[in-house]
Amino acid sequence: MKNLNSVFAAYLIAWGIFFVYYVTVAQRASELRKDLERLKGSLNRKK
Amino acid sequence: MLKRVIGGAVVVLLLAAAAYAAFFIAPTDSRQGVIYRIIFLHVPSAWTGLVAFFICFVANIAYVLKRTPRWDWLGVSCAEVGLVFTSVVLVTGPIWAHPVWGIWWTWDARLTSTFVLWLLYVAYLMLRTLVEEPERRALLSALFGIFAFIDVPLVFGSIRWWRTQHPQPVIMGEPGSGLDPVMLRVLLFSWLPMLALMTLLILARYRLEAMREDFELVRRESEAA
Repeated sequence: MKNLNSVFAAYLIAWGIFFVYYVTVAQRASELRKDLERLKGSLNRKK
Repeated sequence: MLKRVIGGAVVVLLLAAAAYAAFFIAPTDSRQGVIYRIIFLHVPSAWTGLVAFFICFVANIAYVLKRTPRWDWLGVSCAEVGLVFTSVVLVTGPIWAHPVWGIWWTWDARLTSTFVLWLLYVAYLMLRTLVEEPERRALLSALFGIFAFIDVPLVFGSIRWWRTQHPQPVIMGEPGSGLDPVMLRVLLFSWLPMLALMTLLILARYRLEAMREDFELVRRESEAA
């Protein structure tokens, strides 16, 4: 089972890259949603 | 929300099934041993990245012709997701190459054209941060995206047109090339979760772009009020 660690490392790194990317997209969406709600709130107060 | 959770769970299950097939169903290669199993991750990631760049290319052409923001959102979403898959290719390739070739990297036609492809789409995303006016940004990045796609046929053809250190194609290659039937089935099955993951990521990224448009509209309305 020579090089099995390298195969595991490749899978972990690849899944890690996908997971981190998904989390960054979700975080960007969450921050934008908050900003949007804040902006809508301030617009309603102006009206 | 429930649909997204179910979609995510399906992708995770498919990824786990593909990993199981790669480790326990595909036979061990007599020459390379266990390390060859990286191809069940590396090759489907490469194919999926190229599919994402192809959708980006179509979206870029559609934007240039129709100037509808939705095509721009799709283009940038696919470019970013394609870049993620190509990053996985560029990381997993050297992990396989080191024990098999004795080196991590070589500047052969396939590796170089793939690295150039990665750089081109990094440039595509950087270009978008440099232009503030939305319509100008969308048009410039669409034109650049069409140019960047020229490298995709080069990546595909590099191992067919030139002698490379990178292995020759196992699918659509010369007569006599190919994989063991079980390995081939596992390889094709491993592509399925990657395509599902690509779809999930593109949808998530597209929703973010759509939300940005809403934000811009409300911001302008707020400034005018």
